[in-house]
Amino acid sequence: MFEFLMRLFRGEPSGQTAKERLRLVLLSDHLSLSPEIVDALKTDLLAVISRYVEVDEAGVDVTFEQREHEVAMLANIPIRSLKPRDELPKPVLATVTALPAQEPAPAAAAEMPLPKAETEAADAVDAVLEPPAVAEPVVAAEPGVAAEPPAVVPEPEAQPAPAPAAALTAKQRKRRKRRAARAAAQAVHGQPDPVQQPLGTSAQA
Amino acid sequence: MQEFASQVPAAPPDQKPLGRAIVVTSGKGGVGKTTTTANVGAALAAAGARVALIDADVGLRNLDLVLGLESRVRYHLLDVLEERVTLDDALVRDKRSEHLVLLAAAQAREKEDVDTERMTELVRALRERFDYVLIDSPAGIEQGFRNAAAGATEAIIVCMPEVSSVRDADRVVGLLPQTMRPQLIVNRVRPAMVRKGKMLSVEDVNAILRLPLLGVVLDEPALIVAANRGEPVSLDAGSATGSAYRDIARRIAGENVPVAEPAPEGGMFARIGAFFRGRR
Amino acid sequence: MSARRIVVTSGKGGVGKTTTTANVGAALAKRGHRVTLIDADIGLRNLDLVLGVEKRIVFDIVEVVEGRCQLRQALIRDKRFETLAILPAAQTRDKDAVTEQQMARVVEDVAAMCDFVLVDSPAGIENGFRNAVASATEAIVVTTPEVSSIRDADRVIGKLVERQLPIRLIVNRIRTDMVRSGDMMSVDDVCEILSSELLGTVPDDEEIIDTTNRGEPVVTVPGSRLAAIYDKIARRLEGELVPFTNLEEPGIFGRLFAAFKAS
Repeated sequence: MFEFLMRLFRGEPSGQTAKERLRLVLLSDHLSLSPEIVDALKTDLLAVISRYVEVDEAGVDVTFEQREHEVAMLANIPIRSLKPRDELPKPVLATVTALPAQEPAPAAAAEMPLPKAETEAADAVDAVLEPPAVAEPVVAAEPGVAAEPPAVVPEPEAQPAPAPAAALTAKQRKRRKRRAARAAAQAVHGQPDPVQQPLGTSAQA
Repeated sequence: MQEFASQVPAAPPDQKPLGRAIVVTSGKGGVGKTTTTANVGAALAAAGARVALIDADVGLRNLDLVLGLESRVRYHLLDVLEERVTLDDALVRDKRSEHLVLLAAAQAREKEDVDTERMTELVRALRERFDYVLIDSPAGIEQGFRNAAAGATEAIIVCMPEVSSVRDADRVVGLLPQTMRPQLIVNRVRPAMVRKGKMLSVEDVNAILRLPLLGVVLDEPALIVAANRGEPVSLDAGSATGSAYRDIARRIAGENVPVAEPAPEGGMFARIGAFFRGRR
Repeated sequence: MSARRIVVTSGKGGVGKTTTTANVGAALAKRGHRVTLIDADIGLRNLDLVLGVEKRIVFDIVEVVEGRCQLRQALIRDKRFETLAILPAAQTRDKDAVTEQQMARVVEDVAAMCDFVLVDSPAGIENGFRNAVASATEAIVVTTPEVSSIRDADRVIGKLVERQLPIRLIVNRIRTDMVRSGDMMSVDDVCEILSSELLGTVPDDEEIIDTTNRGEPVVTVPGSRLAAIYDKIARRLEGELVPFTNLEEPGIFGRLFAAFKAS
């Protein structure tokens, strides 16, 4: 009886704690056991980033860090310069206002917790974008958006792929919002969207 | 010969004696070596000693998991032995005790990769900075076991009251030098089964092994919960098993704590009480 | 037709490889198959003890490999099941005493004479494990619902996948009371984490310690809950689709009754 009461006050049942800890530790174990996957990821990552910027390949460092509640990929990628404007991939949005002056940044460190990569990009974009004067896409960025429907839906005319406004499921609204965030990120900053690569999960490769 | 430098200052050599290096081994797997290392280490540190724990189970590391430190491990034993990082970089400080550190095993390597001479030097370096160095041995009697014993000056044999375990413990005692003065912990005892004659008693076990008895630890569901959470039971004041581990720590430290025989659960009322406490 | 060659392994020690090998082997033999069990834990042999044949050992696997005896001289015929035989490990050697090729050769020779070969692997993922897996065509991975076991099982599954062996999981020592209270992971949790096909779910039961002490496979105990479970595992190995046992404990009155009965 006493133990039962203690359990009530102790919070999460330990079986749940164990499951979550195992998930993270196995992810970490799999990463350390699969150097060839890590190398392939690195190669792909550099390929995508190199579409926008010239990188100093010798100085690239990609590591994985296990934290209390997540495993994060840390990429330190020294950048030499932005690619010439005419070589950049075309921005998806046609109605973007004039870009601020671009200066090559000396280095860009992208910190990307794996499950939340896209929403954090949306956060980053949101932090920089001014409230629009005319016809700019309104991007709603919320942490933990994966679980909840968004509070703000982007303006229909700013959408690259307009969908009927009525009867969108929460999932569809989420997807559209993510697309808008991605497009905004690419257009405004020339900073690539973090690449979502499914890494070793509990399923063995 | 590389010096395993550490920022933890050593006392001048003439003042401080070397710490004790104790290998925790068993032969048989799954009898509680890692649990014992974690709990005894935590108890010693809680009592104020400076304790370093080494996980020698290269390839199948678990000491970090049992201590709840798995998310803090950056470098491991082979990183240190192969001089990629300093000892200080690799030592993980415990969440709860500032006196307790862990050197994790490598996960993606093999036991054959460990150089026993380097291991001995490493243990020696740790003995200069810590009062106790406990080394968690893997199962078996091969290279992993030899690595774990390298540099140790004492041994703890963990044994369950079960035929295979006793047999394996006997084998492993035969492989350890007598100078290590192995002592016995009888682990995962179920008193009710012993009384029914369905499990070997502590006396039965030690009649075969004939070792000085360091402690008797009961089997408790709390151990599974503790491992789930990564919290050693020896830090739980309410746990009977925790108390047994704390007693073991005290005996290691030289205190004369009588080894309590598992309390008989006699009588109908005691049994009902036990039932409502969720025990079998 | 050569036998099915199944390695029983886990990574973690002490989760029940040997008792699984002994009891699944006995269950298969009870169903009429010709079964040989091989103890690959050289230096720490225990399969003989668990089956109660330790006093009948004349030769062991190392002597077979070194040509000091014939294979049939080393095989011990079980007295309870005439189609069950055991090839014991050596006790005074260690796992460096045989190579993978030598081990594979022994397994193939044994396989020529029976329907099922079950190889009891030692703990770990080193050469003892590699020897045990040599020449296996399938694997049974034994784990308990505890964090260290599962982590090690995951590691060993990785090694088995590298060798492209089909893998099936036995989850051992389940305590349904603890699963219900959330203090232990469920079978579903374990299968999800390890992404493996389930072969059997075995409850924690004092009977195993008891029968091991006596050197009797649990399938010889009439009316035993565990015996029924091992029989189901044997049937699944034969290819039958057998529903998994409901391990629900009896309710509060059932437990009270059991407590009184035990006095």
